[in-house]
Amino acid sequence: MDDSRPIFIQIAEQIENDILSGVLPEESQVPSTNEYAAFYRINPATAGKGVNVLVDTGILYKKRGIGMFVAPGSREKIITVRRERFQAEYVRPLVLEARNLSISTAELTDMITKEGDS
Amino acid sequence: MTAAIDVSGVTRRFGSLRAVDDVSFTVQEGTICGLLGRNGAGKTTLMQLLTGQDFATAGSIAVFGKSPIENASVLQNVCFIKESQKYPEDFKVKHVMKSAPWFFRNWDAEFARQLIDEFRLPLNRRIKKLSRGQLSSVGVIVGLASRAPLTFFDEPYLGLDAVARQLFYDRLLEDYAKHPRTVVLSTHLIDEVSNLLEHVLVIDNGRIIVDDSAENLRGSATAIVGTRTAVDAFVENRSVLHRDTIGGISSATIGTMTAEDRKAAAEAGLELSTVSLQQLIIRKTGTTERENEFSA
Repeated sequence: MDDSRPIFIQIAEQIENDILSGVLPEESQVPSTNEYAAFYRINPATAGKGVNVLVDTGILYKKRGIGMFVAPGSREKIITVRRERFQAEYVRPLVLEARNLSISTAELTDMITKEGDS
Repeated sequence: MTAAIDVSGVTRRFGSLRAVDDVSFTVQEGTICGLLGRNGAGKTTLMQLLTGQDFATAGSIAVFGKSPIENASVLQNVCFIKESQKYPEDFKVKHVMKSAPWFFRNWDAEFARQLIDEFRLPLNRRIKKLSRGQLSSVGVIVGLASRAPLTFFDEPYLGLDAVARQLFYDRLLEDYAKHPRTVVLSTHLIDEVSNLLEHVLVIDNGRIIVDDSAENLRGSATAIVGTRTAVDAFVENRSVLHRDTIGGISSATIGTMTAEDRKAAAEAGLELSTVSLQQLIIRKTGTTERENEFSA
């Protein structure tokens, strides 16, 4: 957990990451709020808030009396949302720093190509 | 949600000193609340008032809806772990564990045994002969195993080593999840507990200066660093909590920033970083005259 962002958002992102990487496949059960709280050493209410963010966006759904499950199609949904944010969150700072260092766009493109190949 | 604690206009005066000065707040049932503040800020006095061990000069206190003073129906639901708990002469650790269930009806002897094992507490040793850390772990174990609906921990871990503190946090979270209850935790080790807390109260000079959810407080201050001129320009017309300058570089701690503020700061070449709860409280309670001038 880092200090710069609300913890419940970081919990939500962590669960999303696990869905993206396949650790939590669609239709699988996600750990309980209390398990997340114990694992990350955070207040259970905060962990619950993180899980609820994902319920609200339809990434997780609740089976009454059993627990939280990964909704079908959630992986696609996460990818779509994250792609939209990719430019602002990753490309823009990259270009900004490149400009500070007088790296030309051509050089930058070159670096990205190289990185992609390796 | 209902309030476990409801305090309204409470003052406790010792002669000319107002240890608690016209304080009002509520603590919701089922939350872990941090009561933070500097030495002598009034934390312990406040907890003594809340547990009926001291009398307010003015104001009203309700614990589970009733006054705690000489009120068995309230006090049997309250456990107060004091920083310097006194035990009868010749008491051994096992005597404490044996007498605890007389006072706490939710006492879990099995859980207590597990904790004694984990904290490596010698049952047959006299309380007087325990080290400072071991004495603290006696309090921690009683506080956890009592499962009182309202538990106060006043600086529970003086002298506890890092392993034992971590154990305390882990067992507290685990047991709180299984048996939800209200916990008020007073501590100086703010960074260690900040993620455990749901609500934060900061007391300074007898007054409550912060009463907010931990989540809100996390985003409530930002440190900006950059050239002196850029920082000066950016903080103009903003309230500044703290200011440091070294050579041409300056840093300032300011309040909440909007997305637009962030964009403006980034364009002005300023670096932003979040202020931890501990730093925020140091900024709020550690103000000196010099800094007051800056932030005025």
